[in-house]
Amino acid sequence: MSSATSGAAVASPGDPLIRRLLRATEIDTRMIGMIGALALIWVGFHAYTVIVNGEGLFLTPRNLWNLLVQTSSVGVMACGMVLVIVMRHIDLSVGAILGFVSTIIGVTQVHILPQYLGLDNPAIWIITLLLGLAVGAAIGALHGSLVAYLGIPAFIVTLGGQLFWRGSAWLVTTGQTIAPLDDRFALMGGGPLGSIGAVASWTLGGLACIGIVIGLYAGRRRRVRYNFPLRPMWAEATIAAIGCFVAFGATWVVNDYPWPERVAANYAAQHNIVVPEGGLFIPTGYAIPVLMALGVGIVMTFMATRTRFGRYVYASGGNPEAAVLAGINTKMITVLVFTLMGLLAGVSGCIESARLDSATNVLGQFEELYVIAATVIGGTSLMGGVGTIYGALIGALVIQSLQSGMVLLGFDSAFQEMVVGVVLVGAVGLDTFYRSRSAKG
Amino acid sequence: MEASGNTPLVELKDISLAFGGLKAVDRASLDLYPGEVVGLLGHNGAGKSCLIKVLSGAYKRDEGHIFIKGQEATINNPRDAKHYGIETIYQTLALADNVDAASNLYLGREILTKWGTLDDSAMESQARKVMARLNPNFHRFKDPVITLSGGQRQSVAIARAIHFNAQILIMDEPTAALGPQETAQVGELIMQLKSEGIGIFLISHDIHDVFDLADRVAVMKNGQIVGTGRVGDLTKDEVLGMIILGKCPPGATPGPGAVASN
Repeated sequence: MSSATSGAAVASPGDPLIRRLLRATEIDTRMIGMIGALALIWVGFHAYTVIVNGEGLFLTPRNLWNLLVQTSSVGVMACGMVLVIVMRHIDLSVGAILGFVSTIIGVTQVHILPQYLGLDNPAIWIITLLLGLAVGAAIGALHGSLVAYLGIPAFIVTLGGQLFWRGSAWLVTTGQTIAPLDDRFALMGGGPLGSIGAVASWTLGGLACIGIVIGLYAGRRRRVRYNFPLRPMWAEATIAAIGCFVAFGATWVVNDYPWPERVAANYAAQHNIVVPEGGLFIPTGYAIPVLMALGVGIVMTFMATRTRFGRYVYASGGNPEAAVLAGINTKMITVLVFTLMGLLAGVSGCIESARLDSATNVLGQFEELYVIAATVIGGTSLMGGVGTIYGALIGALVIQSLQSGMVLLGFDSAFQEMVVGVVLVGAVGLDTFYRSRSAKG
Repeated sequence: MEASGNTPLVELKDISLAFGGLKAVDRASLDLYPGEVVGLLGHNGAGKSCLIKVLSGAYKRDEGHIFIKGQEATINNPRDAKHYGIETIYQTLALADNVDAASNLYLGREILTKWGTLDDSAMESQARKVMARLNPNFHRFKDPVITLSGGQRQSVAIARAIHFNAQILIMDEPTAALGPQETAQVGELIMQLKSEGIGIFLISHDIHDVFDLADRVAVMKNGQIVGTGRVGDLTKDEVLGMIILGKCPPGATPGPGAVASN
């Protein structure tokens, strides 16, 4: 074979070290940029609190744990929004679907089901969860059908949907807040009880590391089988090391955040544990909503990159006409993408109402804007065809970091919104600049 | 199955297609034999592309019948057409710009692993084999096709058409976006495919191209066939007369679109 093999990690020794590292590991430079921005935000806020308050408040286990929990709802929906935007559509109704689903869940588990099953029946949370997902998916399927088969622009369908479902949410509850929800259901919101503790967290971290290594090994074996160029061994090792470091680092952080003193004391009293000097340290571990968001991210990444459905979504987004001519049923794909988006809005509806332990008709208001912002900051192009799930998750983390950082610093909420707006426009501006330059070069 | 010399590979009979009041194709009939290249000529808007899109399943005909190897065929969408071994290379190439060459090659017909997931490695490996035959200089398998040159994109489109045992190949202006060298390459390829017994419809408004490559020509005007004839029996001027005036010369068989000549 000739020496000019494509896509190969051929790095000439004269290149600077970083570029050689990037090329050999085939890591997306855009992702590096996003993680860099995230690191900058985190360190910036931490340094600011060190200077102003005398102690760093941002990079603490407690704040990072909370940050992850707060990100999960928007993160879940951003995963779905990636596919919607990749298909050159938009969904402005996700916040309203979230609110509507939460009121349905609330009414069902507080007013309806206890009449038949009795309070505290263990089936309640499962029935309401499935109901919430089904309602979300059904609404998404309706929106998708209107877009695909009647040809109404997605902007209009989902704008109308936003008004309609927000109004419906009010009708369901007549404006009341429904609380408290089922105890088991509320675990989906996180909190000390809605977290998995130290042992399970370490186990998960370990499993993640094993998964990373197995994934790299399987990929390498596939390349060997087809005689494709291989990454150098040191590059594989670097990727594995970074992956394991992140997995274990995150686990260490969430395990370093103890249960609040009073909750721990109550627990000790109930279980006849003697509280030692200086309080009882019960590690919180990963919160359930965070694990749900990670699970959604993994499943969605798999769907987007490894299945026919995902390939068709990206191909239709890149060139809808070509996709039709290749025999792809793009209308069906559109319906499926919106259905998936509705389903994920249902998941977020469960997470948020569980977290507040109540259901109201205003839940998730304006959240569609943060979901779209997270997706776009995460590198999804509004022109269609381009976008990654992990990018959207990092985008969600960036937005949430900015917001919770500004809350820590005591900024006005008006000011917070202004900053998020500027960051959104700035990030997309930078990205457009970068893209237009790399397209020419 | 070997089609006999007398059974046409494709026979289009009285095909009509209208958009609203506009008759894009009007009672057009055309046939194609194995190992033959039929050039379809005509002005922009003469109905060439529309007629051929009926065969490739992109448009649904209003009237008429399609016979493949003597059997009536039901073609309602591109998937049906592919089922009959009809592959099309569109003028616009119809590639999904944002995905790589292998994914485009297999778009709509992906290779799956035993778990039902995409087998990208197998697809890339196959793509490397096909491209090695078509265009040995092609190495950019991992890049989105939008970053490729016109000729490279054309090779991807052609590879996609011939990789799946096409028996009938439709090429809509295959050389419109190409330089002279790449045009010559496409010409060689057409000759190679022809020798393999594949029937080819070549749509073009470049009369020289068609005279170089085709065995027969068919000329369309205002949605109707003016006439068909063997390339050897016609001069370029006569064919130009068919295209511009709709006048069918003695060497050609007149169709419904021929102007009555005195």
